[in-house]
Amino acid sequence: MNKPIRRLAFFAMALFGVLLVNVSYIQVFQAESLREHPFNNRQYANQLTQPRGPILVGSEEVAFSEPLGEEEDDKYQRKYPAGGLYAHLVGTFPVRGEGIETRQNALLEGSDERLVVRNFIDSLTGKEHQGASVELTLSAKAQEAAQAAFEELGKNGAAVALDPETGAVLASYSNPTFDPNAVSSVTDAEAANTAWTDYEADENKPLLNRALNERYPPGSTFKLVTAAAALENGATPESTMDAPATLDLGVPLPNAWGGPCNGGDPDTLAHSIERSCNTSFANWAIELGADKMTEQAEKFGFNGEEMAIPLPVTGSLYPTEDDRNTLGRSGIGQANVEATPLQMAMVAAGIANDGDVMKPYLVESVKDSDLSEIEGHTPETLSTAVSAKSAEDLTQMMIGVTEGAEASGPGGAIPGMQVAGKTGTAETASGPTHNWFVSFAPADDPQVAVAVVVEHGGGSGGTLAAPIAKRIMEAVIDQ
Amino acid sequence: MSAPVPNRPLPPVKRRNAELVMTLMAIGLTLFAMIEAGLTRNGEMPPSLFLYGALFGGLAILAHVFIRFFAPWSDPLLLPIGTLLNGLGLAMLWRLFEATGDTSNGSAMSQLILTAASMAVFAGIIFFLKEPRILQRYPYITALSAVFLLLLPLIPGLGMTINGARQWVNLGFTSLQPSEFAKIALVIFLSGYMVSKRDVLSLAGKQVKIGRFKVLALPRMRDMAPMALMWGFCIIVLVILMNDLGTSLLLFGTFLAMIYVATHRSSWIAIGLVAFFGACALLYPFVSHFRVRMVTWLDAFNPEVYCTDQFLNDPNAFCTTSGTSQQLVKGLFALAQGGLTGAGLGGGQPGYVPEVQNDFIFTAFGEELGLTGLMVMLLALALLVERGMRIALAAKELFIKMFASGISFLIAFQTFVVIGGVTRVIPMTGATIPFVAKGGSALLSSWIMLALLMRMSNNARKPAPQSIQDEGATQVISR
Repeated sequence: MNKPIRRLAFFAMALFGVLLVNVSYIQVFQAESLREHPFNNRQYANQLTQPRGPILVGSEEVAFSEPLGEEEDDKYQRKYPAGGLYAHLVGTFPVRGEGIETRQNALLEGSDERLVVRNFIDSLTGKEHQGASVELTLSAKAQEAAQAAFEELGKNGAAVALDPETGAVLASYSNPTFDPNAVSSVTDAEAANTAWTDYEADENKPLLNRALNERYPPGSTFKLVTAAAALENGATPESTMDAPATLDLGVPLPNAWGGPCNGGDPDTLAHSIERSCNTSFANWAIELGADKMTEQAEKFGFNGEEMAIPLPVTGSLYPTEDDRNTLGRSGIGQANVEATPLQMAMVAAGIANDGDVMKPYLVESVKDSDLSEIEGHTPETLSTAVSAKSAEDLTQMMIGVTEGAEASGPGGAIPGMQVAGKTGTAETASGPTHNWFVSFAPADDPQVAVAVVVEHGGGSGGTLAAPIAKRIMEAVIDQ
Repeated sequence: MSAPVPNRPLPPVKRRNAELVMTLMAIGLTLFAMIEAGLTRNGEMPPSLFLYGALFGGLAILAHVFIRFFAPWSDPLLLPIGTLLNGLGLAMLWRLFEATGDTSNGSAMSQLILTAASMAVFAGIIFFLKEPRILQRYPYITALSAVFLLLLPLIPGLGMTINGARQWVNLGFTSLQPSEFAKIALVIFLSGYMVSKRDVLSLAGKQVKIGRFKVLALPRMRDMAPMALMWGFCIIVLVILMNDLGTSLLLFGTFLAMIYVATHRSSWIAIGLVAFFGACALLYPFVSHFRVRMVTWLDAFNPEVYCTDQFLNDPNAFCTTSGTSQQLVKGLFALAQGGLTGAGLGGGQPGYVPEVQNDFIFTAFGEELGLTGLMVMLLALALLVERGMRIALAAKELFIKMFASGISFLIAFQTFVVIGGVTRVIPMTGATIPFVAKGGSALLSSWIMLALLMRMSNNARKPAPQSIQDEGATQVISR
């Protein structure tokens, strides 16, 4: 009977062998992929019991952790005192979707390698583990102005304000917003989940950050790019172009008011901007040609690589059009042109900053718990879109938009100060028009560049979007 | 001329001192594990360390002293291995419950009391069961008691269903898992039955040939009765009525191993495997928990199997409605977290795995002791099994050979079923790691098996009484 017993013993050994090999495989070879598996939320489970660094706007904490009890194992609840005001930028914790909470998670929770030494020292001295604090570039007043203006208007849309000289994001608001407190309860995860689902199901898409991640046809605001291309290619503000009542682009393209732009005569570039003439700009685009138009659009940031500010920014599009009719329409920001509000703010900011487009950024600095700076920001030039001369010409033309005799955007004017602006009313395939206003002020020493879009506003950029831009600009300049 | 070397085996040795040293090491490891867990987790020595040391250590040393007197020739490795595994389980339970201050789901103290009771039974068996072969006398009574024990949980009012499996009996003050004892009774019965029917089972039958080659020796139909009974019982009662796949697999696997040892005929294994898996395949469409287990095993990382709520697309979101593979996958994550050396006892988050104190205690070891610790545990179990197989080889009586190899294989297969299930080698079925897992029935049955092995090894290793005069005239018949 010994032979079968020996064989059975071998078989039993083989069973243990299988277990040993398998456990080794899991713990050594498969370990890393398992640790990084999307389902693996061990680190998040752990995070809940650790204080997290705050997120600041100015000196105000717009996100902070509050202990739920005295015990070591007790969880911390993340609080967002400003509610929906910064929701799209700050995000939520436990993290869902995009936001600083997600993007700067390692710094906020203190696991970033730059904090390792400090954490080690803290653990030796028995101090509590602490994450870094993240300070944003935002201006609370500008952000509040944007929210108030949109809530009064009661329409969906977005506004972005940049510091033209540095690229710092001063405001970035998307309407409607959501309450991050509702979706981040750690004591009632189920309620938090339900709230999140409700937001996801909402047809107004409150979770969508329209300022960075939604593309709209820019409409007439894109005429700034067309004008820039013309100026860069030898034209002057006084150069003229045919500006009839309608232009045959397959389907006739009319002007907004039905008539010609200059009584039937060719119109100057400056006057075309002031009145927002469609036919002359379509002609400009056709005359410049697709390559020069694309080149200019790309200098402002269209068709660029995906940016992270550190939130991901959806790229804006200006496809090279071979077809004359489509090219003409692209010159007035229709056809296949699509831009995010941030992109249009970058156009305004580039013009305001003597032609240099600065790289937008949202994080001013990251500070350790002892307030030493871990990460700062040095402004970076993204590209030189136009020469300083062209930028000055464009600025003068844009002042006409808010102040000229036939101004299309007087609603953006601020008393006692020159404002450079451009309206836009973009046709959409579905529903009423999107209404735009891009501007910067003061025109002689720009402190803020703004882009506002009112989604399916159905009015004009000058009436719906310009007053919002004005409030934001005033909020930045007044402080 | 030198005298011819007598062809005699080396004199048998007791090696009881080696047993004592190793047992002391096992006790030391247990206490050291508790100290490490206490210091890491709470920064202090376990408050009741002395009590555990005195009770657990005292009992193990007592068991050793007892063996010195009543089974002095038994295998010196068995007791230290049992002590080590039991002690590791104890330390881990202490770390999971007492160290975290939450003893609502179990405690190391109750496990310690159960250990004491189990060791008492261990001593009792060694003391009273001087000759294990007397168990051979009543095969049918043992068989009936095995069936009775297995069916006990089906009695309404007495049986309890825990985690879907109806394998518990409520005794009011405590609950028992009678299948843990039924499996031992079954091995006793099978040993006795097969020894008596061995010739019929192994010889009668016809050869199946392909050409000139003997492929299989098929048994006669009428000798199939035990196979059919065993099969029917495992499938109908255990799988369909009680949803106890683990026990079913364990019993049938042990049955096949024992019939193979008895007959040395691989056709029995072939028939058994075909019948068992055939039945499983046939039942698959009709028994839902079967399908659930298969899907959980094969498709564990499918989002819908892992988590049944709607946040599957968001890796960081909470899962409010756990899917069936949650425990398995989280167990794998815990193993991955442990890596090669583990987080150290008290340094991990074993509580992340649901119900970690039961079958999944293996993942807690994997996380905190790493692959190194798991190897120690698996090798200790493998060593136990192989020592058991050696007892079977060394034994002189057929019944003892069957019995020892059956018990050893039971331990090996049980380990494989539970650890293989936890580490995704086979589907999860629910069984307990011998000596380590929480629970009185499992612990008691482990110590009973150990006692039986020790008694058998003592009798097998004990040297035959020396004849008074070495002349060969008088035959001394050893028992």
